[in-house]
Amino acid sequence: MTIMTDPPQESFRLSMLLNDTRYRSYTFQFIALIVLIASAAFLMSNLFSNLAAAGLNISYQFLGSPAGYDINQTLIAYDSQSTNARAALVGILNTLLVAFLACVTATIFGVIAGVLRLSNNWLVSKLMSFYVEIFRNIPVLIWIIIIFTIMIAVLPGPRAFRGDEPSASMVLNAVAFTNRGVYIPAPVWGPGSLVVVATFILSVFGVFAYRRYATKLLYDTGRLLPMGWPSLAILFVPTLLIYFIMGMPIGLDYPELKGFNFSGGIKVGGPLIALWFALSIYTGAFIAENVRAGIQAISKGQSEAAGALGLRQGRIMNLVVLPQALRVIIPPLISQYLNITKNSSLAIAVGYADVTATLGGITLNQTGRAIECVLLLMLFYLTISLSISAIMNVYNNSVKLKER
Amino acid sequence: MKKSVFFGALTVAGLAAGAAAAGTLDDVKARGKLNCGVTTGLVGFAAPDANGEWNGFDVSVCRAVAAAVLGDASAVEFVPTTGKTRFTALASGEIDMLARNTTWTFSRDVDLKFTFVGVNYYDGQGFMVPKELGVSSAKDLDGATVCIQTGTTTELNLADFFRSNNISYEPVPIETNAEAQQQYLAGACDVYTTDASGLAATRATFEAPGDHTLLPEIISKEPLGPLVRHGDNEWGDVVRWTLNALITAEELGVTSANISEMAAGTNNPEINRLLGTEGTLGEMLGLDADWAMKAIAAGGNYGEVFEKNIGESTPIGLARGLNAQWTEGGLIYSPPFR
Amino acid sequence: MSDTSAAFVRTEQVPPSPPPSSATGPYKWAKDNLFSTWLYGLLTFVSCYVIYVILGNTLPWIFAGVWNTSSLAECREVLDGVSGGCFSVLTERWNQLLFGFKYPQATEDTPRTVLGLLPTVGYWRPSLTFLLFFAAAAPVLFYKLPRKLLLFTAIFPFLAYYLIWGGTIMTPILALVGTVVGYFVYQRLVTGSFAAGFFGGIAAAFVVWIIGGMLIPENANEGAMLQAVPSRDLGGFMLNMMLGVACVSLSVPLGIALALGRQSDMPLIKWICVIFIEFIRGVPLITLLFVASVMLAYFFPPGTTTDLFLRVVIMITMFSAAYIAEVIRGGLAALPRGQYEAADSLGLDYPQAMRLIILPQALKISIPGIVNVAVGLFKDTTLVSVISMFDLVGMIRGPILASTEWNGVYWELLGFAALLFFVVCYGISQYSQWLERQLATDHR
Repeated sequence: MTIMTDPPQESFRLSMLLNDTRYRSYTFQFIALIVLIASAAFLMSNLFSNLAAAGLNISYQFLGSPAGYDINQTLIAYDSQSTNARAALVGILNTLLVAFLACVTATIFGVIAGVLRLSNNWLVSKLMSFYVEIFRNIPVLIWIIIIFTIMIAVLPGPRAFRGDEPSASMVLNAVAFTNRGVYIPAPVWGPGSLVVVATFILSVFGVFAYRRYATKLLYDTGRLLPMGWPSLAILFVPTLLIYFIMGMPIGLDYPELKGFNFSGGIKVGGPLIALWFALSIYTGAFIAENVRAGIQAISKGQSEAAGALGLRQGRIMNLVVLPQALRVIIPPLISQYLNITKNSSLAIAVGYADVTATLGGITLNQTGRAIECVLLLMLFYLTISLSISAIMNVYNNSVKLKER
Repeated sequence: MKKSVFFGALTVAGLAAGAAAAGTLDDVKARGKLNCGVTTGLVGFAAPDANGEWNGFDVSVCRAVAAAVLGDASAVEFVPTTGKTRFTALASGEIDMLARNTTWTFSRDVDLKFTFVGVNYYDGQGFMVPKELGVSSAKDLDGATVCIQTGTTTELNLADFFRSNNISYEPVPIETNAEAQQQYLAGACDVYTTDASGLAATRATFEAPGDHTLLPEIISKEPLGPLVRHGDNEWGDVVRWTLNALITAEELGVTSANISEMAAGTNNPEINRLLGTEGTLGEMLGLDADWAMKAIAAGGNYGEVFEKNIGESTPIGLARGLNAQWTEGGLIYSPPFR
Repeated sequence: MSDTSAAFVRTEQVPPSPPPSSATGPYKWAKDNLFSTWLYGLLTFVSCYVIYVILGNTLPWIFAGVWNTSSLAECREVLDGVSGGCFSVLTERWNQLLFGFKYPQATEDTPRTVLGLLPTVGYWRPSLTFLLFFAAAAPVLFYKLPRKLLLFTAIFPFLAYYLIWGGTIMTPILALVGTVVGYFVYQRLVTGSFAAGFFGGIAAAFVVWIIGGMLIPENANEGAMLQAVPSRDLGGFMLNMMLGVACVSLSVPLGIALALGRQSDMPLIKWICVIFIEFIRGVPLITLLFVASVMLAYFFPPGTTTDLFLRVVIMITMFSAAYIAEVIRGGLAALPRGQYEAADSLGLDYPQAMRLIILPQALKISIPGIVNVAVGLFKDTTLVSVISMFDLVGMIRGPILASTEWNGVYWELLGFAALLFFVVCYGISQYSQWLERQLATDHR
């Protein structure tokens, strides 16, 4: 006769906190919590006693007081009487501007270099490897300084445009390349220009509609409509027509040499160009590697299979290889965008007024509020990075291969 | 032992300079070295030479203090600071004093809690332009691109000046003097502005200094002086009176050449008090009786320091101007040693 | 009927004739590789032009360079209007570029040490450290070398510390003794439980350090065999190397801990690690360096000050640890689930499973990623120039360009800096690729 016994009901003993895996994790977390609180308390008490000893305090009131300095490139209205907070905002917008521009061009550089590096042309692919290696292995700070120095030394100053026989002249009488920046004509919006712009926007939608229609027709009937020239026609013909019908409402304001500088037109500042170019060409080298890795990650069988189906080279790339490669390329690409945003903080090396230079530079210098400024600065970058990461996660989930 | 445990080993290693004490003076004496904050490099005021030796006008103040306190003018650890880091370095105790062409302003004194112990150079912000521009007054600079060396009150003065004269400009803020110079020479800016002394020092290093001119306008008051933390008055007194000793020495004609002679005793009671042969001034400060003698012997009196580093015989070539003794029409004036 | 009718039959094989000239030699190579289509042909010409422009401008400048003048003015005089580099700035400021402007130099009357042969200060100390570094790194980098060499690697940090900072030899010895004691305690206790061994080892090391720290006299640095050098005096490329090496090696263990923490089942620990990693990865290194230079000093106990070098090392280590943690997390995630389950079914507890099964494999996968982070970090050490430390870039932008003699020399200096970094970083990345091939034992 057997007696079924329940396993003995273990009562909770203190030693189980150490020896039983079920409870041990609580012990560890409890210890971690204590350590965390203790170290936070330690650091905070140090901070406050140090500040008290120095007679300082933490206060953000300086944000509301006038900044007192001027900024040379602002996207929003700003003068020296604006507040420090507005100066910080100007800096934030400038950071976002250079980051956005650099992301676009870096992608272009990167894709071109990545594809060319895989090309059969020996010279081109060697040249591209050279580009990638030389930019990846030298610090971006050195590149920014080198490119800025090149720009300052090679491009002429506005003085060179002056005189009867100037040593430099404007390109097409419209664009001036100087070492202070590039001056380009600015559009002048006359009455009725709104109509032209609206037409153009509608045309863009029109192009998309046409392409959808053509694709649908292809799938339904197998009839292939031409794509290239009708798209161009839809894009430009109505806009140009309206433009002339409305009596050419959009003019151009050409830059002109007046006094010390060019005036009129739009000035793209030298520091912005140097930083933009340096960041794009530096990050482009990394993106090129990502693109190359992405394309090479697609097994050769894929393009062979596509070839066996009778697709032409361009279509193999567009329809088979790239869609699959993008899945591999895009996550590292987005982290490169993140890097661009973070590296744009090196703007202080060239005097571009990004947020590190305004909030973390001149404002910090002038108010002496180091802790507050650095905290705000970190908060800003953290927000940007976390937003980009969030976008990346959404994307990753949407393209994730649905596995069993 | 006051030192914390692990820092014990590190302190010996010099990785972490340790240990608080009641006052900075005691700290410096215990350490045997004076930590003095200077700029990262401005020829004439503070710059390391090819051998890594720091030289310059501000550096001399540091050396004088070290000589007064420790008896050794070379017992100084120079800590290069940027415009950004200098105040934290001082407030957090990383440096004992800051001698880095820092302008004495209300907010720095009151809000940031620093004590300016005096003025060793009366400066003002000026402009430098190439001669070929044909500009003779800063008011002609409408629309010009201006290179600014950041880190002092320069940006604010500039904004105020252009605003009050109702003319426009484009600022180009630049971190270091070398880079500002590079841009200015390449024509990326029309004007370079910083303290007039800095402009003179910069112009001195140009290939053709004669092609550039300093405009007559001085748009700000820039009393530059050494500063210490609020709240440590003993230490503040040491630095203040060391500076005053240099100034008084010039006024009384005490130079590094004749100091040993004068230290034997003179008929002038103030010299005697200064050099410690009479009275107990040194003791009151908590220093040796001959503290001022050592300070003066380290690099000479105020006038000698000026002439050696930035005076007319140097490439920088600054005239005494406002920085002459009060007896000669300048502003340099020391309270009496009594 | 004759037997000779077979005359047309060859008795020997015709020797193969060479391929037509259009299908062989450089011509074919060029046709295949340079001019296969007109587009490629165009690209080839464009590339040739680009190469011509670059070399055509730089080579004469380099070859006309002047190497032995003492100032820019003198150099320009020698060049006499010819375009050429003033490389004499490199020769004249060579030591400053490599070691910073304050590392004490040996002079005639410097006291000698080691049988009166070596001066107590001087550039031989960092140079020797640099050479020894290769010996120490070799067994880590090339796993085919005898494992006994790792002993030297373990001693190297203490040796390097002593050589560079000097001072009393007691400090590194004490640190070494503490570490060794901690290690033996760990060895003894780890058989019982990993946690006991780990914490016991650390506690033992601390006990040794505390007791030893009290024994070392306050003025032990005076008259030491190697004169003490404050870390503020370090500079030049040496500073970049030191920051790079120190921060990477410190951040690997920290990164492993963070990666494991992020994978942990314990929510609190997991969240601490996640927040730390995401925070650090979310901000640029330069803001962290600002923290080091303007904020961190306030977080130390009142009255103590910590010098800038240590603060920067702390911040950069935290920075790279966060990135390394992400790389290792990738390695952990790449391991097949079965490995974890196998470890569990063997009855291994968590530390054992990690130490014996999971981490060796995960780290192997992560090595190329870690090397990439290391290269990136090494490049980022140039950012310390922004907070007034005189590393290579800081030396160039600061004292050298500000000096009267060399005011206006840009290309030579920047080119030199670029070249140094390129050599080091390219070397490391080549190593990383080689290692990747070596490690490709492959699961395919």
